[in-house]
Amino acid sequence: MVTEASAEPLESTSRFRLSFTAVFGILLVGLVLFWLAVNFYKTPADFIQIFLIGFTLGALYALIALGYTLVYGILELINFAHGDVFMLGGMMAVTVVGTTLFDLTQGEAWYVLWPLIIAALLICMGFCGLLNVTVELIAYRRLRHAPRLAPLITAIGASFILQNIGLAWKGPNYVQTADVLPAGNVFSIGGVEYTWEKLIVLLVTTPVLIILVWLVQRTRQGKAMRATAQDRDAAAMMGINVNRTISFTFLIAGALAGVAGLLYALYAGSVRFDQGFQLGLIAFTAAVLGGIGNLPGAVLGALLIGLIQAFNEGLSWHSPGSDWTQSMVFGILIIILVLRPEGLLGERTPEGG
Amino acid sequence: MARSRDRDTAALQDRGLRMGIGAALLLLALFAQAGFRSLDVAAIPFLAVIALIYVPPWETVPYVGRFARAGIAITIAALYPFVWDKLFTVPVFGSFPSIPTGVVMLVFIQMAVGLNIVVGYAGLLDLGYVAFYAMGAYVAAWFASVQFSQKNVHFLAVGVGSNTPGFHISIWILLVVAGITTAFVGVLIGLPTLRLRGDYLAIVTLGFGEILPQIARNGDNLFGFNLTNGPNGITPIDSPGFFGVNYLTGSGTFWSSARLFYWTGLLLLLITIFCSVRLRDSRLGRAWIAIREDETAAAAMGVPLMRTKTWAYATGAFFGGVAGAYYASFKSATFPGDFFFNISVFILCMIILGGMGNIWGVIMGGAFLAYLDQEGLADSGGWFNSHFSQAGFNRLIGFLLIAGLFAVVILAKDVAWRAGLAVICGVLAVLFFALNPVQLPLEVPKFEFGIFGIILLVVMLFRPEGLIPSTRRAAEFHEGVHDQPLYDVVHE
Repeated sequence: MVTEASAEPLESTSRFRLSFTAVFGILLVGLVLFWLAVNFYKTPADFIQIFLIGFTLGALYALIALGYTLVYGILELINFAHGDVFMLGGMMAVTVVGTTLFDLTQGEAWYVLWPLIIAALLICMGFCGLLNVTVELIAYRRLRHAPRLAPLITAIGASFILQNIGLAWKGPNYVQTADVLPAGNVFSIGGVEYTWEKLIVLLVTTPVLIILVWLVQRTRQGKAMRATAQDRDAAAMMGINVNRTISFTFLIAGALAGVAGLLYALYAGSVRFDQGFQLGLIAFTAAVLGGIGNLPGAVLGALLIGLIQAFNEGLSWHSPGSDWTQSMVFGILIIILVLRPEGLLGERTPEGG
Repeated sequence: MARSRDRDTAALQDRGLRMGIGAALLLLALFAQAGFRSLDVAAIPFLAVIALIYVPPWETVPYVGRFARAGIAITIAALYPFVWDKLFTVPVFGSFPSIPTGVVMLVFIQMAVGLNIVVGYAGLLDLGYVAFYAMGAYVAAWFASVQFSQKNVHFLAVGVGSNTPGFHISIWILLVVAGITTAFVGVLIGLPTLRLRGDYLAIVTLGFGEILPQIARNGDNLFGFNLTNGPNGITPIDSPGFFGVNYLTGSGTFWSSARLFYWTGLLLLLITIFCSVRLRDSRLGRAWIAIREDETAAAAMGVPLMRTKTWAYATGAFFGGVAGAYYASFKSATFPGDFFFNISVFILCMIILGGMGNIWGVIMGGAFLAYLDQEGLADSGGWFNSHFSQAGFNRLIGFLLIAGLFAVVILAKDVAWRAGLAVICGVLAVLFFALNPVQLPLEVPKFEFGIFGIILLVVMLFRPEGLIPSTRRAAEFHEGVHDQPLYDVVHE
């Protein structure tokens, strides 16, 4: 009774107090919306075109961000090496699709192209999945009970090692991908062109996301993952093999990075050894923006970040331009972490699933 | 009393044994290097000096004993410019570091000691230390170069013509100004972010560490104003000097610029170390360690979390800024390309390799890694390239992997670890034997950060307290700490 009575006035004051956070956030979002509206009014066709680019980019980022969020949900660890797993996936894709194995070229017949692309996809998924499991086994498993700093530092170490494996594998320059996806537009209305490449990215990403949601929410293994994320010790007592569940999570996260690696290599057309770090940080920002540990949040955050990046680099009226993309993304990261560390959709304590 | 004497004797024997083994190994390696025909006698005085620092029980000598080790080490460091070229050739690594390399080593050790305050004492993982380094370097660059040529301000600058445009303020003043500015930036960054939990703090500092260099890179046109001269950097930057003569004028004489920069760098480092040690033992330092070990308990005991952490951050930033300004003056240039995330990890790696929280460890780690970065990797790479055939080198790696396989099988406790690592080592060993994947000549410096990554990983997995640990930190890593941040405790 006493606690209820004392809780009431606290509740009512906090409801009507406009906090600094809220004012700042509303102002910021308002400014961005105003900027977008002016740009839309000035160049509507460009705006929609850039929106489509950003959406595609966002879908790619979603695949990587989900990897961060899955691992964070289960281990509360920022897997710095994830971006580099994605980069190695891209290199694998270049190798598989290019002259080494499949030797695909532009204008391949669809019954040759699609089975081989799907085969390449599976190879990349398997490669990155196993790589991620290996990273977990070597770098994180022994440190489950160490101070939190320790696995974070090994994560950075693993990231640098993978980066250098990429450097040793493909050298310091951009590796060009064979341009195999069908060229041309799906439609072209009033100056807005929607290319096949973009559609294919969405056509691959969407089923992958649906399968992931099904896996986490409907299967036994997914239930074990959610249980381990909530409370590792309790899950172990309920007979869940925690080590295997964590390995499985890393496998899925790596497979998603493999999909992203292949799609990015084909869509952007080139891969370089240090790309994983940059894109990984962007994707991590996306995961934090949506609420780390929260799967729909990661997708939402990734789409937002993709759009922001595309608008920033593409729009003509008062946009900072690609020189500042990284600063903008990190600015968002810092603002979100400082003002709302639980993210847009997250709960106060991230519990995964 | 008797027991403590026994313990002292045991420790003395322990140190003597280690020194003996180390000396024997070094002499054997030198002997092997000379083809078992002769022995480089220059190694003998070197070993004698190391033994003089390490072996005797200095801590038991009354009054002067506390300062003996440090005193001898400082003397040797100060005399190094006179002896470096007379020392022996180290197996694999080649000659001892030259004086300019020594300056760079001193600057990086200073940064490592500064970062150690944040990471080692207060336990806050800072992945953006390079931002402070950059800030210090740019403060020196702005106020001691022709960058702002529309102004013409001179103040105690040495060796600069009085009609040279731009700000020209004495480097001695700028070192302090850079430190204070950087500490101020550190506080600005710290105030909103330090209440975050450890891993979020790491990522936010990483963010700042990427943003500041990007501003430097794009800063040639900030709303039409040329702040940083963009990717071309700011150069030249004035040198420090005394009595109207700057460091660059004495080249070729006893007072050559390299030696002067070396001694000044040593002095700055000694001041940094002194402050660091005194701070550690102060009330503030004990509060840092309390926060590191258990934030919640420290807060309950009345340690003001925010203020204590902010002080750690500001102090670390201060020394980073001073080191950055000094380095900019030494190189006479700053380029935005110098301030990558890699540098933050490089400095972090020094601390972790040497031993978090232990000054001797941090100095050793910093000296070794900075040396590797400047000379060691290129020299040892050259040695490998000239002493191995391609098949031989790959076979060497293969044998090392097989040795690793056996070590894992014998030592590992966890079954999955044992099986997984054994399989990985085995597969890689077969690959190396069968395919000879590593091409010679090997460009070792290209893979510098891969090597640092391996160091981070191996040290953190097998000896998280570092090579020269602080007893307290080692206990934390092995017994575990209650390091749940207060943020989580409050919001649960």
